[in-house]
Amino acid sequence: MSTKMAYGVFEDDDVVLSAIPKLREKKFKVTDVIAPFPIHGLDHALGLKRTRISMTSFLYGCTGTSLALLMIWYMNIWDWPMDIGGKPSFALYKNIAAFIPVTFEVTVLCAAHGMVITFFLRSKLLPGVEPHVIDDRMADDRFVMSIEVKNDTEKAAAHAAMKEAGAIYVKD
Amino acid sequence: MHYESELREPLILGDKSLHQITEDVCRPIEGKANKYWWAAFTLASMALLWWIIAVSYTLGTGLGVWGLNKTVGWAWDITNFVWWVGIGHAGTLISAILLLFRQKWRLSINRSAEAMTIFAVICAASFIVSHMGRPWVAYWPLPLPNQFGSLWVNFNSPLVWDVFAISTYFSVSLVFWYTGLIPDFAAVRDRAKTKTMKFWYTVLSFGWTGTAKNWQRFEEVSLVLAGLSTPLVLSVHSVVSMDFATSLVPGWHTTIFPPYFVAGAIFSGFAMVQTLLIITRKVLNLEEYITIYHIDMMNRIILITGSIVGVAYITEFFIAWYSGVEYEQYAFINRATGPYWWAYWSMMTCNVITPQLFWSSKLRTSVFATFFISIFVNIGMWFERFVIIVTSLHRDYMPSSWTMYHPTWVEVGIFIGSLGLFFVPFLLFTRFFPVIAMSELKTIVKSSSSQAKKKGAHHHEH
Repeated sequence: MSTKMAYGVFEDDDVVLSAIPKLREKKFKVTDVIAPFPIHGLDHALGLKRTRISMTSFLYGCTGTSLALLMIWYMNIWDWPMDIGGKPSFALYKNIAAFIPVTFEVTVLCAAHGMVITFFLRSKLLPGVEPHVIDDRMADDRFVMSIEVKNDTEKAAAHAAMKEAGAIYVKD
Repeated sequence: MHYESELREPLILGDKSLHQITEDVCRPIEGKANKYWWAAFTLASMALLWWIIAVSYTLGTGLGVWGLNKTVGWAWDITNFVWWVGIGHAGTLISAILLLFRQKWRLSINRSAEAMTIFAVICAASFIVSHMGRPWVAYWPLPLPNQFGSLWVNFNSPLVWDVFAISTYFSVSLVFWYTGLIPDFAAVRDRAKTKTMKFWYTVLSFGWTGTAKNWQRFEEVSLVLAGLSTPLVLSVHSVVSMDFATSLVPGWHTTIFPPYFVAGAIFSGFAMVQTLLIITRKVLNLEEYITIYHIDMMNRIILITGSIVGVAYITEFFIAWYSGVEYEQYAFINRATGPYWWAYWSMMTCNVITPQLFWSSKLRTSVFATFFISIFVNIGMWFERFVIIVTSLHRDYMPSSWTMYHPTWVEVGIFIGSLGLFFVPFLLFTRFFPVIAMSELKTIVKSSSSQAKKKGAHHHEH
């Protein structure tokens, strides 16, 4: 990595959350906070953009609806229309009531799986990925703040500032 | 920050710190199994073995080894299928619908209830495959070009809807469950003492570290999956009910079926959650997480869905009379007073009368009473499907075809064996997976735990 990181380990979610604006005021570049659980308001404190993952789900869902209707229309209306029990398959709009369940299921299938696959790829979550573990208890009860620094003097200052803000210890 | 009145019951007892929660949840994974676990696992494996023998015998010889006859073409197979699918409904209800309603008490029970869902749906699917008789053509309901001619599946058919509904439900529930497991696998990984554990939990946790962006996406994904799963779970049992409701068989041809089946599914699902969790919390020492309050809340859902089911039974009977259709009327009179009266009245007793005992808060908060009533509900809901299927079929329009149905040892074997098919993975789950969604549970330590409540009360004294 070209930029260096200074890490500070905290023991309380409220302390780490309130430390972010304090450190930002002192012009430190707080880039991330690793937490064992989602902290309410952390994304705002860090200034993260709203995630667009739910929009992808909507788009995958629309794709699913279209694919399902296209498939059903092709198979049951166009390619081989059947007359079963006196209920002939004349046109998509005439039989649409019977096609709703499958269309709905395919929509949900595509929306759910498409979104989750996007989430995994976008967040680089895949089997075999080696995690960058900074503290053994960061998925347990500790919170790791990272500050981007350019040189060793900045790093020492960042370490001192995080300690002052409540970090139990600091790390390179 | 989420604030909560100290008057509300705490959801985590025993003044747990964040670290203590991790310790408690990881203990079964890191420790050795006790003798109760091994006894249960041996028993479940034996049942699974019986299942393998009975299913192999069925597939090798043919469906003739079952007690089906010219009049009763569906019996234990579809009864068991609907029973298992129904049980599978509680997991998604807890993790999806209760998430949308922001019910925090879902947090200590959602993981195991979702696991139950997944294993129950596997059991249900196994009955679909075994009742086909020729499972090597199980791909026929899929929308594939038929090699015997250009014939596609019929999308007007509820059986095809069911294939889509069950497979979507299974795969989406699995993904929902797994996504939630990833942060917890990471917690197990980071404290792993042995190389083998470190390796496997690294693979399972997909390299999760819990950065702010990952959590932001994680929460959004959970919320959207909950939103998608809510109509999905309601659609699945509606579609299952349409397998019956769209036919012309008296006793099946009813518009009340979809809501009635969904209520019944949630009813039976919660009963099974109670049965499993009452044992799990004891064996794994999780009484401080799965508290009496959790049991009480689930009993309330059992009470309300049980009452919906009761109203549905009575409505069905009334409508049969009110319709003026004599075949419909006969189907219902025959259920209650015909040769299968014992099945009908077992169903009525277990499903309509026993859950009404939960109006008493004493019984609702009693572990012992809850366990027994949950067993009654499980039995009652099995009989409900048996009554719907067998009593509607065994006396059709032609009295010369009237007959009785008797199961053979093979069908009984497949059913008992399917309990093994369910319990073997469930027991393995309790040994290798975090049974409580600890990362989610940790979000309420500052608002809903016993020490948070004490703190709140302390503030008021001053």
